[in-house]
Amino acid sequence: MTRFESAFTKGPALVAFITAGDGDTAANLDALVAGGADVIELGMPFTDPMADGPAIQKANLRSLAKGTTTADIFAQAAAFRQRHPDTPLVLMGYANPMTVRGSEWFAAECAKAGVDGVICVDIPSEEDAELGPALRAAGVDLIRLATPTTDAARLPDVLNGAGGFLYYVSVAGITGLQQAAQTSIEDAVTRLKAATDLPVAVGFGVRTPEQAAAIAKVADGVVVGSAFVDIIAEHGEQAAPHLEAFTRTLADAIHGAKEIAA
Amino acid sequence: MNNRSNSLRTGPDERGHFGQFGGRYVAETLMPLILDLEREYRAAQADNEFRAEFEHLLKHYVGRPSPLWLAERLTEELGGAKIYLKREDLNHTGAHKINNCIGQILLAKRMGKTKIIAETGAGQHGVATATVAALFGLPCTIFMGAVDVARQQPNVFRMKLLGAEVVAVESGARTLKDAMNEALRHWVANVHDTFYIIGTVAGPHPYPELVRDFQSVIGEEARAQILEAEGRLPDMLIAPVGGGSNAIGLFHPFLDDEGVEIVGVEAAGEGLDGKHAASLAGGKPGILHGNKTYLLQDEDGQITEAHSISAGLDYPGIGPEHSWLHDIGRVRYEPVTDAEALASFQKLTKLEGIIPALESAHAIAAAERIAPTLGKDKIIIVNCSGRGDKDIFTVAEALGVKL
Ligand SMILES: Cc1ncc(COP(=O)(O)O)c(C=O)c1O
Repeated sequence: MTRFESAFTKGPALVAFITAGDGDTAANLDALVAGGADVIELGMPFTDPMADGPAIQKANLRSLAKGTTTADIFAQAAAFRQRHPDTPLVLMGYANPMTVRGSEWFAAECAKAGVDGVICVDIPSEEDAELGPALRAAGVDLIRLATPTTDAARLPDVLNGAGGFLYYVSVAGITGLQQAAQTSIEDAVTRLKAATDLPVAVGFGVRTPEQAAAIAKVADGVVVGSAFVDIIAEHGEQAAPHLEAFTRTLADAIHGAKEIAA
Repeated sequence: MNNRSNSLRTGPDERGHFGQFGGRYVAETLMPLILDLEREYRAAQADNEFRAEFEHLLKHYVGRPSPLWLAERLTEELGGAKIYLKREDLNHTGAHKINNCIGQILLAKRMGKTKIIAETGAGQHGVATATVAALFGLPCTIFMGAVDVARQQPNVFRMKLLGAEVVAVESGARTLKDAMNEALRHWVANVHDTFYIIGTVAGPHPYPELVRDFQSVIGEEARAQILEAEGRLPDMLIAPVGGGSNAIGLFHPFLDDEGVEIVGVEAAGEGLDGKHAASLAGGKPGILHGNKTYLLQDEDGQITEAHSISAGLDYPGIGPEHSWLHDIGRVRYEPVTDAEALASFQKLTKLEGIIPALESAHAIAAAERIAPTLGKDKIIIVNCSGRGDKDIFTVAEALGVKL
């Protein structure tokens, strides 16, 4: 069983996002796991994060201002894998930093560091050749995004070559701002689950345990990002205990939702 | 066209690629809309009424055709090839930007979109977009880096007079690329009713293609005008390249004419070993703003800041078709510094009574360098892409003059 499979078969999963190099990354990652996160998404900072709202934009710039390099991120990933052999780790980011040295190089580094999957925001299925073949050849899952604008005609293309889990971006928009109506999420997840065997995780705009619990009743996973990033923005290098406490409230809500639903 | 396979004018391919460049590197949310736009553009291309409305507006609203002016005093001073100026500075709103805005707002109308957004650097594209939005009665939001808002106040005020909302973008380096990021962010959240009028031959396919097509009126006119004036094609074309829309507009109708040498001019800022905006001379291929192209970037693929005295050239990328034309060697790209452009700005003003935009002054500077090396029987067409009224404050400051 892959790490993703075991993370998602236990019941609805908390997928937690933070930006690499923003605050004390190793301590923050440990805090997310200790608090009960089931899957970790580590954001690769980029100068031009076009799909992100103000919170994650600022996290990107904070990280780059500290001099975070791609080599640093792979070192953090490899160290995480040593400390947490079972927690799936995803790198999330933009095409240019991922492809600048060639997709084979990037895929090989991911495999070497123990990265399970990659989300690239600005490579849609039409441009799969840019990164997909290299990742699949290296045994790293390419995690695709589906959105409210992904219609039935496009969905098969989006799913073709996808692995790990399917990330449903529940609002047409950028990270951290609006939240979607619960009914529209339920409809979308039903539609997506009819089209794929991959677990479906729902994200964008999820900030509270209540929202997370509601989504966990219908989806296989709940992605939370900006709310964690806000905590790091507030507490800087000392964010870990705050992250852990907040993670626990989310994880309890999500994991509990499954028992009630079952 | 016979011999299509040998033509350099058939790109992009059906996936929007010019060789390895171009493409559609956008978030999934935008992908269906990009595909829609492409379908609608294909339909518009086949629609005579669309074409007729576009041409009507170019003639009666923009004031086309723009003249092709033989710059005799400049030619004499340089003592070499004959220099003609394609006078895009005489268009309504003062630059070539309006050609593209007319085309795109007609597409927006066709698609039933009710709101217009655009990015702008110097404010020229913002003004042109606000102008067509006023003409069509559509609400319009212009994203402009906060740094540019501060240094381009007259254009900010113009846009507001035209009824546009100007959003000062505070993210990143607060210049053109950040304005484009912010426009893309706004678009992603408003795809259902909003049309994004991109200002240059960049962005995801089909933008580089459709902006080029709308701007190709420059080259089509120039071709007919030079044939009429000289009875033959020119020996060389020169145009400034920011994103590359005025340049590709002039170049494209001549790409298959082997005897026509083509030169694009990149902004070399303080010089190629200092801060500059020459993505071909100083960058390498990468992915930004929806397409693959040459970009100024570091070894980790982080985008680096561009610099040029000309805000319209101050962009760390270049349109993908230019990257391809550079790689296959059809177009030669030359750098021109801030100082050279500033000198040519003054020279053209004094010799011809034409105040060029600082962007256009880069092309004049290249012509000054090249013309004396060519015989008097040679002909060069330089794209005077815009007028310099917007730049007088920048130039005064650079010359140490208090206004
Ligand atoms: C007069 C003028 N020329 C050239 C440019 C550069 O843009 P492009 O390379 O797309 O023509 C601008 C951009 O603002 C401009 O205003």
